[in-house]
Amino acid sequence: MAPQDLDFSSAAGDFSYGTDYAYDAGSGLTEDTVRYISGHKEEPRWLLEFRLEALELFRRLEMPDWAPMKKSDLDYENIRCYLARGDGTGNRWEDVPAEVKETFDRLGVPEQEKKFLAGVEAQFDSEMAYANLKDDLQRQGVIFVSSSEGLLRYESLFRPYFGTVVAAAENPFSALNGAVFSGGSFIYVPPGVKIDRPLQAYFRINAERSGQFERTLIVVGENARVTYLEGCTAPKFETATLHAAVVEVVVLAGAEVQYITVQNWSANVYNLVTKRALAHQNATVRWIDCNVGSRLTMKYPSVILAGEGASGSVLSISVAKDGQLQDTGARMVHRASKTHSRVVAKSLSIGGGSAIYRGTISMAGGFERCRSHSRCDGLLLREDSISRTFPHMDCGGTGNVIEHEASVSKISDEQLFYLRQRGIGESQALGLLVNGFFDELIREFPMEYGVELKRLIEMEMEKVTTAGEVSRG
Amino acid sequence: MEKSLDKGGTDGKVSPMDGALSLQNVCVDHGDRRLVRDFSLELRPEELRVLMGPNGAGKSSLLKALAGHPDYAISSGSVLLDGFSVAAASPEERARRGLFLAFQSPVALPGISLAQLLRAARQERLLPGKSLDIMAFYGELHGALDALGMDRSWSTRSTNDGFSGGEQKRCELLQILLLKPRYLLLDEIDSGLDVDALRLVVQTLRSLQQEGAGILLVTHYQRLLESLSPDGVHLLQDGSLLRSGGMELARELDVKGFQ
Repeated sequence: MAPQDLDFSSAAGDFSYGTDYAYDAGSGLTEDTVRYISGHKEEPRWLLEFRLEALELFRRLEMPDWAPMKKSDLDYENIRCYLARGDGTGNRWEDVPAEVKETFDRLGVPEQEKKFLAGVEAQFDSEMAYANLKDDLQRQGVIFVSSSEGLLRYESLFRPYFGTVVAAAENPFSALNGAVFSGGSFIYVPPGVKIDRPLQAYFRINAERSGQFERTLIVVGENARVTYLEGCTAPKFETATLHAAVVEVVVLAGAEVQYITVQNWSANVYNLVTKRALAHQNATVRWIDCNVGSRLTMKYPSVILAGEGASGSVLSISVAKDGQLQDTGARMVHRASKTHSRVVAKSLSIGGGSAIYRGTISMAGGFERCRSHSRCDGLLLREDSISRTFPHMDCGGTGNVIEHEASVSKISDEQLFYLRQRGIGESQALGLLVNGFFDELIREFPMEYGVELKRLIEMEMEKVTTAGEVSRG
Repeated sequence: MEKSLDKGGTDGKVSPMDGALSLQNVCVDHGDRRLVRDFSLELRPEELRVLMGPNGAGKSSLLKALAGHPDYAISSGSVLLDGFSVAAASPEERARRGLFLAFQSPVALPGISLAQLLRAARQERLLPGKSLDIMAFYGELHGALDALGMDRSWSTRSTNDGFSGGEQKRCELLQILLLKPRYLLLDEIDSGLDVDALRLVVQTLRSLQQEGAGILLVTHYQRLLESLSPDGVHLLQDGSLLRSGGMELARELDVKGFQ
């Protein structure tokens, strides 16, 4: 595919259309809000109870001490929890309402679908506006629908796994998500089905002061394989916007999942996401997590290595510009023998931006021959840019090994001068240096995705040089 | 290269064919320290001039200042590059106009392969809207690697990253071959090289000179000069130009030292 087809840049995302919402839960967060959403979706009783319980948890829970924000930093009375046009989900772009279609056209979603995707979902505020899956995959029993549709149409596949990997009680925002979630994907891949081309979801916040609370559940049958890509953008509104998602991935024996995120929310979005995979025997999970946008991101993709021989990895890239805090990392929980985990996190801090890595690796006693390796590299563009690493490691059992390496470096004036002396302009030179720093990690990504990410980083570097955020001496 | 010639031809009074890199009463400051004083020199195409002097005399500082290093300011005097005053020009603009500085100890650029670096550098020399002919570029790159006795796999190595001294120098020469600068500022391109590598440097410099490049060479070694027959030898001491002469000056310095 041509690189320009997949555009996650914030410039490309900075637009919005006036839209009429037929269903609006209003501002604020009360039991009525929850009942409104659940009623509108015609959900079963058990789910309404789940939501109400989650709301109760949200009221009680506070953020952990180490968190860079408090629960009270956000004004929940002014967040619109549910906004839907009421058009339903189309499976042909022609059926998608014009202004919604225009949004996704401008973001290049339909073209990408034609070129290299096996299926696409596009969420507009609270609901999926479009969902389509290639016919041959449908025939093989693959399910790729919005989570709301998944729980109604495929309850026997959905319900046993829902809420089993990420508990609502885990943190205030997993609880909030449990109370008001809408949209997100439900994917089921039957045993032995290997999907080569990625399934993609595109998340779009269009309305000001709205919150997006999608919930994704992926169940991959034994020896099956799938790659899931998600991209996020929003226009730049004046007020803070909240994105609090929950992602649960269940990977049965011998199955493989690759979950790729390009997060490029505009700089006023609080992006508070709980993502976790449960890996059974010999299963493989790989999170590729790239955070370029948002005001604050807190996200630590994790893998519970529950079956012998399971392996999990997190490849994480963060870019923190002035005014941004990227608080990201990984969690690996070894709960069986011969499990392996690997974390490579690279962050770039620009201007007054902060990139924080938090990693937890735990190996409980009673298991043996587990290995884990983490590496965190921070690159600073200026002296006042911030990069911090908080690794936490518990190593029990026998013959288990946890390794951790960390480094912080700064782009030197000598490196910049060398490139400029070769005739390369300052922003291109910075782009080369930054992409050089990320290069060994990006090489591990699927190719079309790596190309696009590099281009996104180059564009960010152009903005940085124009804004004069690079120091001179 | 096309771009730099075009610009040189339109901006300057002097036509590029009989242009020069001309320094008049140049002073170089690093912070509040003056490192070079009232230095004047003219380097014409096809000329090779040698700058000698003890460590700390200001040779490297002068070259860096000419190339536009932000820490080395040309605080007075003028530098004309084919008639174009470089005073307000960025390092990249000076480079695109044909100035090349070969570094004494080139900085490592992890993750930036030689091919990537050179592609970017060549792309930036094209007129806006033109894009580089990739096939032709790789043809040239491979030709240059072959000519310098470097394996083709070099093109994918991170630039200067973990290179030995000799490898660093070859890498600088390779860039010269691909970027075809008009004026070369070579900071000890011969240091730390074995006899074979030295022979290669001599051959390369000679052919570049024949193709019209002007070369300003900083070196400590008279032996290299015997095979290069320079057009002038200049002695810099404590930041000032002390003497100028021909090969006889280089031989004298070799015997007597700088005192």
